[in-house]
Amino acid sequence: MDDLLLEFLTETNEHLETVDVEMVRFEQDPNNEAILSNIFRLVHTIKGTCGFLGLPRLEALAHAAETLMGKFRDGMPVTTPAVSLILSTLDRIKEILGELERQGAEPAGSDGDLIALLDKMATQEPPAPEATPTPKPVQSSGSTVFQVLERELKPGEVSLDELERAFQEAPGPEKAVTAGTLTYQILERPLKPGEVSLDELERAFREAPGPVPLVIEKLEEQAPSQKSVATASPAAPPKKNAETSEGGDGGEGISGKVQTIRVNVDTLEHLMTMVSELVLTRNQLLEIARRSSEDHGYKVPLQRLSQVTAELQDGVMKTRMQPIGNAWQKLPRVVRDLSNELSKKIELVMQGADTELDRQVLEVIKDPLTHMVRNSADHGIENPADRKAAGKPEKGTIRLNAYHEGGSITIEIADDGKGLNFAAIRKKAAERGIAGDAELERMSDAQVAKFIFHPGFSTAAKVTSVSGRGVGMDVVKTNIELIGGTVDIRSEQGRGTTFTIKIPLTLAIVAALIVSSKDQRFAIPQVAVSELVRVSPTSEHSIERINGTPILRLRDRLLPIVPLSKVMGLSGNEDANHGFVVVTQVAHQRFGILVDGVFHTEEIVVKPMSSKLRHIQLFSGNTILGDGAVVLIIDPNGLARMVGSESDRNEFQNDAGPEQTVVAADELTSLLVFRGGGESLKAVPLSLVTRLEDIEASTIEWSSGRPVVQYRGRLMPLVSCDEELTIKREGMQSLLVFSDGDVSMGLAVAEIVDIVEDKLDIELLAERSDLVGSAVVRGRTTEIVNVAHYLPMVLETWSRKERKGGPDRSLLLVDSSTFFRDMLVPVLKASGYRVQTASTAQEAVRLLSNGLHVDVVVTDLELSGHSGFALVASLRADPHHSTTPVIGLTVKPDPQQIALARKLRISEIVSKIDRRGLLSALAELNGTLEEAA
Amino acid sequence: MKLIETNPSGNVKAASKQMEFVTVTVAGQLLGLPISRVHDVFVVSEMTTVPLAPGEIAGLLNLRGRVVTAVSLRRRLGLGDSGEAGRRMAVGLENQGEAYGLLVDDVGEVLKLDPDEMQPNPVHMDRGWVGLSQGVHQLRDQLLIVLDVDAVLAFETEREAA
Repeated sequence: MDDLLLEFLTETNEHLETVDVEMVRFEQDPNNEAILSNIFRLVHTIKGTCGFLGLPRLEALAHAAETLMGKFRDGMPVTTPAVSLILSTLDRIKEILGELERQGAEPAGSDGDLIALLDKMATQEPPAPEATPTPKPVQSSGSTVFQVLERELKPGEVSLDELERAFQEAPGPEKAVTAGTLTYQILERPLKPGEVSLDELERAFREAPGPVPLVIEKLEEQAPSQKSVATASPAAPPKKNAETSEGGDGGEGISGKVQTIRVNVDTLEHLMTMVSELVLTRNQLLEIARRSSEDHGYKVPLQRLSQVTAELQDGVMKTRMQPIGNAWQKLPRVVRDLSNELSKKIELVMQGADTELDRQVLEVIKDPLTHMVRNSADHGIENPADRKAAGKPEKGTIRLNAYHEGGSITIEIADDGKGLNFAAIRKKAAERGIAGDAELERMSDAQVAKFIFHPGFSTAAKVTSVSGRGVGMDVVKTNIELIGGTVDIRSEQGRGTTFTIKIPLTLAIVAALIVSSKDQRFAIPQVAVSELVRVSPTSEHSIERINGTPILRLRDRLLPIVPLSKVMGLSGNEDANHGFVVVTQVAHQRFGILVDGVFHTEEIVVKPMSSKLRHIQLFSGNTILGDGAVVLIIDPNGLARMVGSESDRNEFQNDAGPEQTVVAADELTSLLVFRGGGESLKAVPLSLVTRLEDIEASTIEWSSGRPVVQYRGRLMPLVSCDEELTIKREGMQSLLVFSDGDVSMGLAVAEIVDIVEDKLDIELLAERSDLVGSAVVRGRTTEIVNVAHYLPMVLETWSRKERKGGPDRSLLLVDSSTFFRDMLVPVLKASGYRVQTASTAQEAVRLLSNGLHVDVVVTDLELSGHSGFALVASLRADPHHSTTPVIGLTVKPDPQQIALARKLRISEIVSKIDRRGLLSALAELNGTLEEAA
Repeated sequence: MKLIETNPSGNVKAASKQMEFVTVTVAGQLLGLPISRVHDVFVVSEMTTVPLAPGEIAGLLNLRGRVVTAVSLRRRLGLGDSGEAGRRMAVGLENQGEAYGLLVDDVGEVLKLDPDEMQPNPVHMDRGWVGLSQGVHQLRDQLLIVLDVDAVLAFETEREAA
């Protein structure tokens, strides 16, 4: 294929894409002449070139389309069928071009059908004479001056259009001359330093007094590279024509598409490779310089070289950058076609189209983006009737938004449609066996939403022509993760769905932290690293273990630790306690990577993994460091997945941010999750557990058949947490130690699993006395153990003590949490109280007004719905209860609460989880009560 | 690091149908690699091992700024690693656009052999070897196994992918 044809193909394809977009815009805004002129000009160019190259089919099609568009310009109303027709003509042109590209010749065939339709459409309505107030702008498309500078503007520079506009608006020499000199000028290479752009030249000329037309003639002769696309008509009426309207929306409209100098991608790629090599070599030089202490006078030039390399790298990277708008270009057309096909009204809003990202990244996300928009249009947006019924505007909106954030770029695809149908997803997930029914029921909607990323998952009741085409959401996710990105989904029933994609800006060169583990170095991308913590058993930060699983307490939060040597299979010694923890954040997961050493941060050139090694999800690539060593780049996503799949993914902290934790603090309970004899998980509130111990089974003594162990100089009775579990006779036995005063008891468990913080909703109340009930903890059904059940089993002392302190008083416990009520009731009962419970203030008031007599009221001060203070206030107002002692429970007492409590004569405020505090407060009360009696 | 010049194919044709092989030894066995597939021969200096990699992959090498995957021919042939920690030699190969270094015990001379004289693999040869061998040449004092380079580099990687 000759170069001319090749050039034609590239150019025409580019034009067609623009026309596609512009056509859709035009349909919405039929009075915008600037758009129409632009379309007209592009189609005209295509037609002209086709004629020149001898491509009759294309020429005929373009001509017919142009004729119809000419009618539009003459004032024919712009209708959807007409636009559709033009769009399908464009599609046909694209088809032919595709063939042309493959075979080098126009394929045989006839386009009579389309042409006939176009002609019919064009002749259908006589052009309304002067339908618009705008007189025909004639063939002077020369007046639509669309000037493009073929490189990015530097700070301080003004775009050509603005210049032109300024010029137009400025009072200048005779207008007639102005109109005649508006030529489309493009310099076909970037300006060299010191050169002046043609437009500036021209402007200088124009502003200079002189025989204007002549000078311009000469200028055109002098500038051989100057191309005049549109023929300027000297007879063009000097009126407010396209420029003015173009000036109005020049910022976002046509000029938003910046044309660039055409450079072969291979050339750029090669340049990039060379720069990468240069960066490597520089790094090597720097490494040598770092090692030798002597300065042989090369350090300064080396510094300079380093700097220049960095700048060069920046520059080359920039050539790879493309506005994300390029990936969005097809979307208006897609949405338009879809809305017609599905008879929905959809508006596509695109924000941040000029956000730039690496070409390579752009290529990868192009299709996923299209797919997601398609999905939003098809599944998300409802049809107008439904929308109206739901009280929403008939027109649905799909909003695309892109912006930079740190070293990554965030793209949001939001629709205001019906949101995900969680029920349907649950059902489908159950049908496909991805998750069990019980499990599903307990999953949050956010967890359920993630199912749509499972391969082959579709909840579409019927496969429409729209869905089921192209890629599925799983492919979307895979594609995005492939380039180190993440996808998140947020959906609200009836309100819409938002996908958030986060992707790195570039793939080629990244900043990475070089770490070592067992004498081997690895690189961790800096983006994922949030902090570094030095750990050693003696320092403030030391690694603790829950049943061998390493955990780091970091600012009061538990951070799961992944020893790098362990996941890499490098070490035999798993009890590493020294080194550094690289705190890593991947999407919502936070974990620490334990490494032996941390070196420095280095700009590394990412080289792809060999195809033989690509299946190892732990690595995203490799690189050559300054000292020439090959180093593997750790993929934090892969690491998270790998570790997550080993155990339960949920064991990772779902890091929703600390602020949320504070807000939700009153709902979260720290639970110690362990395993008994059976398969099921058990849990007990951490606040009740005094210590965790691992003891040698051989130290367990059996006195009269009951296991006891010497613990801190005393005998501590042991009890198995359930019947299936027998206390070990050899090896290590894990114990949960519960203490009260100086008596303790050890609860033998099979395995301590984890400590989790979760909302506690006791869902099934057990018939058994050893269980409070079951709850979902981190998505798994867990039995909540009733500690009070075990105490009397082993501790006669305990029960004796209870009897001793048993004052036989009645107590009203008001707490909205079933769990707390269930936890406290046995404890209080064990202390000798007759306990009545109420879950709400209203219920408590009702009980009391029905004549219930209580000696003490224990109430949560943060009752849901009705404040505990209000309850106390109403008690105080009642003469029967004005002196009844009240103990307030709160999650975290604050001065305000204390002051209020004093005012309401609340005897004591006790932290909700401080069981012993409550008992001692009650004991104190007893004392005063007895005194009073 | 010595480079072996690849003969322009025209010359070979003119001489006869003879093919040239780069000979290597692994555990005392002489093996031949078609010279057209061999890019270069080099001494392995520093190698980065890849955790979790298939056993055949010995690690990654930096060969003049290019990352090369080192495949152990010993392990590929089902032999144990040699205890010697001497200088390791590698043959640079290219397969589907990727660079590989085949680790061998030693690299010998280049031999010109007539393909017609190649004998099929003995029937009782080790299964693992049959897959990698195209045939056997009888040299004067020993046998030379002609390695199928593509087969050598086509080992399972999907095992762990699941």
